[in-house]
Amino acid sequence: MRLTDDLIATDIAAYLEKHENKSLLRFITCGSVDDGKSTLIGRLLYDSKMIFEDQLASLEADSKKVGTQGENIDFALLVDGLAAEREQGITIDVAYRFFATDKRKFIVADTPGHEQYTRNMATGASTADVAILMIDARKGILTQTRRHAFITTLLGIRRLVLAVNKMDLVDYDETVFNDIVDDFYAFADELATDLEIQPIPMSALAGVNITNHSDETGWYEGPTLMDYLENVPVGDHRLNAAFRMPVQWVNRPNLDFRGFSGQIASGTVKPGDRVKSMPSGKQSTVERIVTADGDLSEAIAGQSVTLTLADEIDASRGDAIVTADDPTEVSDQFQVRVLWMNEAPLLPGRRYLLKIGAKTVTATVNAPKYGIDVNTLSDVPAKTLELNQIGVTTISLDQPITFDPYDINRNLGGFILIDRMSNDTVGLGLIDFALRRASNIHWQSMDVDRNALAEQKGQKPAVLWFTGLSGSGKSTIANALQKRLFALGKHTFSLDGDNVRHGLNRDLGFTDADRVENIRRVANVAKLMSDAGLITIVSFISPFRAERRMARNMMADGEFIEIHIDTPLDVAEQRDVKGLYKKARAGEIQNFTGISSPYEAPENPELRIDTVNRNPDDAAEEILDYLKEHGFLGA
Amino acid sequence: MPTLTHLDRLEAESLHIIREVAAECENPVMLYSVGKDSAVMLHLAMKAFYPSRPPFPLMHVDTTWKFREMIEFRDRKAAEMGMDLIVHINEDGVKDNIGPFSHGSAIHTDVMKTQALKQALDKYKFSAAFGGARRDEEKSRAKERIFSFRSAEHRWDPKRQRPEIWNLFNTRINQGESIRVFPLSNWTELDIWQYIRRENIEIVPLYFAAERPVVNWNGVDIMVDDDRMPEELAKTAVMKSVRFRTLGCYPLTGAVESTAATLDDIIQEMLLTTTSERQGRVIDVDQSASMEKKKQEGYF
Repeated sequence: MRLTDDLIATDIAAYLEKHENKSLLRFITCGSVDDGKSTLIGRLLYDSKMIFEDQLASLEADSKKVGTQGENIDFALLVDGLAAEREQGITIDVAYRFFATDKRKFIVADTPGHEQYTRNMATGASTADVAILMIDARKGILTQTRRHAFITTLLGIRRLVLAVNKMDLVDYDETVFNDIVDDFYAFADELATDLEIQPIPMSALAGVNITNHSDETGWYEGPTLMDYLENVPVGDHRLNAAFRMPVQWVNRPNLDFRGFSGQIASGTVKPGDRVKSMPSGKQSTVERIVTADGDLSEAIAGQSVTLTLADEIDASRGDAIVTADDPTEVSDQFQVRVLWMNEAPLLPGRRYLLKIGAKTVTATVNAPKYGIDVNTLSDVPAKTLELNQIGVTTISLDQPITFDPYDINRNLGGFILIDRMSNDTVGLGLIDFALRRASNIHWQSMDVDRNALAEQKGQKPAVLWFTGLSGSGKSTIANALQKRLFALGKHTFSLDGDNVRHGLNRDLGFTDADRVENIRRVANVAKLMSDAGLITIVSFISPFRAERRMARNMMADGEFIEIHIDTPLDVAEQRDVKGLYKKARAGEIQNFTGISSPYEAPENPELRIDTVNRNPDDAAEEILDYLKEHGFLGA
Repeated sequence: MPTLTHLDRLEAESLHIIREVAAECENPVMLYSVGKDSAVMLHLAMKAFYPSRPPFPLMHVDTTWKFREMIEFRDRKAAEMGMDLIVHINEDGVKDNIGPFSHGSAIHTDVMKTQALKQALDKYKFSAAFGGARRDEEKSRAKERIFSFRSAEHRWDPKRQRPEIWNLFNTRINQGESIRVFPLSNWTELDIWQYIRRENIEIVPLYFAAERPVVNWNGVDIMVDDDRMPEELAKTAVMKSVRFRTLGCYPLTGAVESTAATLDDIIQEMLLTTTSERQGRVIDVDQSASMEKKKQEGYF
């Protein structure tokens, strides 16, 4: 503990030497609401003298103001850092705290107990070595206890402390403790075969069995929590695994140097080692291990280094450099376990982004095979995955990736799913195994409907209906807009008089009846195109409100975007690019909109583009912004 | 086989984070505040890309009230490292003569720091900005992700933080949004000092004790760094052996009496001290959740 270490005062250099060589343990506290997680951490910090005088003073003040412990210090207030948390007296998000003892340095993540914040709990668990599972002695094992035990082991934690807290409220009764422990063992048998569990009876509030044993629990002979945390082995199992390094960044300062930078995910590497670049499978030999502190003779799991290879092989970000003796697998279809972390449920058949190592690809997630009931760990039928639900499903990718099954290497077998529209991280997943190409799963399990077609294109279909006088600039703006959409990789089509009137509608003239039929046909074509998932730009004068309304009613809700290219008649007539106004004025063209036929301006268009004071490029940008803001362009 | 100490682990994690931003974000920048944490962050950036140079510029939001020694140090360091340095000052604030003595810490910080930062990020359209904040500094920081998202208005929404699983960072943003990235999230103050010591990282001399002219303002000892301090106040200056635990605007940075003149002295003093680091900052004490509030408004 910091103040008790005499070396600080007498020989600071020696102290620092000792401190620097301490090992680091990362652990989390989890469990149900009100089981005392935050209180425990506050107690650990307090007992290891990690709380400064000014922090203690503000803690005492806060305890009186909003605390839940009467006149006593409410340790939970030390870790509940957000205003909303302090007001509601609950933990919403994971808090990281740091402390050190004579033996170890600790990073502890205090995770929320409410089910709705499970994703925050998973965030804390994903980087922890040990989980302290808190249980209220009065309540025993709850659903949330089981859920957290399940998720921590799912994420790879193999050491659990079963912290039976609030023993003071059950008179430190040994039977109560033993019953809870038995209950948990019965459940945990199904969790993982290599799970190590340490049950400890305690009272975080009273400080029993936290750093000191207590007479109150004379019947308990195991370690205190601090004993356990200081002595549990933190040996890095990744060291003995096969060498893997995802390529994060290709380092090319000049023509003579080409290095591959990354953090070693597992194993060790030396110059001279034979390696493969995956997924290409090309072989080479490690030439140098480059760091700013000089070349290394060996590098190990956890280090961030830059490797140079003896041969010029093509490797780029997202590939992995692995030992040639025991390379990773390559596939584009997998069976996976997924924890869903978003309010919007999984949409089977939808394409999400999948990030694994340094690689991001597009993944189609199929309907779950089954969900997992966290209470019984049994399979339950599931058509989708809701927030916090765990299930087993299959995915197929748009390109092959290199991987290890998660149980063999969590760095090359764990992935996150990202929604392409909202950019939220919506799920985490673990690769169980690759599926054979022959059992192609993708088209078996999904219908190719209009949603699937749009999903595939990464956009929301829309019909951009440009209406306005002849010469208002509809085609020019449509052209400028289409170029921009194309450059963004969007799928579009432009319908205008040139490509419709000469073919599909060549039997139609310019009478009112023919104009109506013209628009009816164009609207139908636009509808088919939007069913195909396209963003369709329709540039027709379309002078009558009724026909535009008819077109609007044909489209799915929100897909019809009326854009009034608003150019006053005198301006359009002055431009007269095609010389049509002149002819109309001379009576050479009948039924010419604006001259001899009416134009009914839209009353409530989604967009009105004033072309008098701006060029077509600016107009196209404005429409593009509208599409982005309204989510038509996806990610 | 080599083994990794906790500093080795922290360094490797930070390098991974910094590289990930360079690889995935369109237009990153490193916010360089000239303090010790920035010094460590810059050092890590140089290591992350060696033998290349970091593929992003440094940016300093200059409130015009920083210690003069900080400005000299900043310009020299950027040149030595061969880094591009952008200095941004809120010219509107300068026109209005905003300053801590005339307007108080809250208005000064809002206009010259928070607003200035937003201006700069908008002006250069940076999609990601590295900051040197650590989770051990303050309660709301302890809750913040390594990749922390900001709306187009630069607001932080603590209730809508993305899950951050393993070391897989989702760097995708929507139009107009941006990311603050904190590669030092898991470092403690002691880690920073130990790393500075191990790596021989140069820091601004103000961190070391020396005889300096100080006055007592609002209960805090502050240094007389230039003649903009009101004369009445400046007259009361006395020479004291002091140093600074954090560096910012000189009128808002409390000096601590100290004789710690070497790194070992500083670390020893820090380990024996009984108050937390940010106490020297006038800005945080206004109200209990003030940092969270400021961050929601766009303060780093």
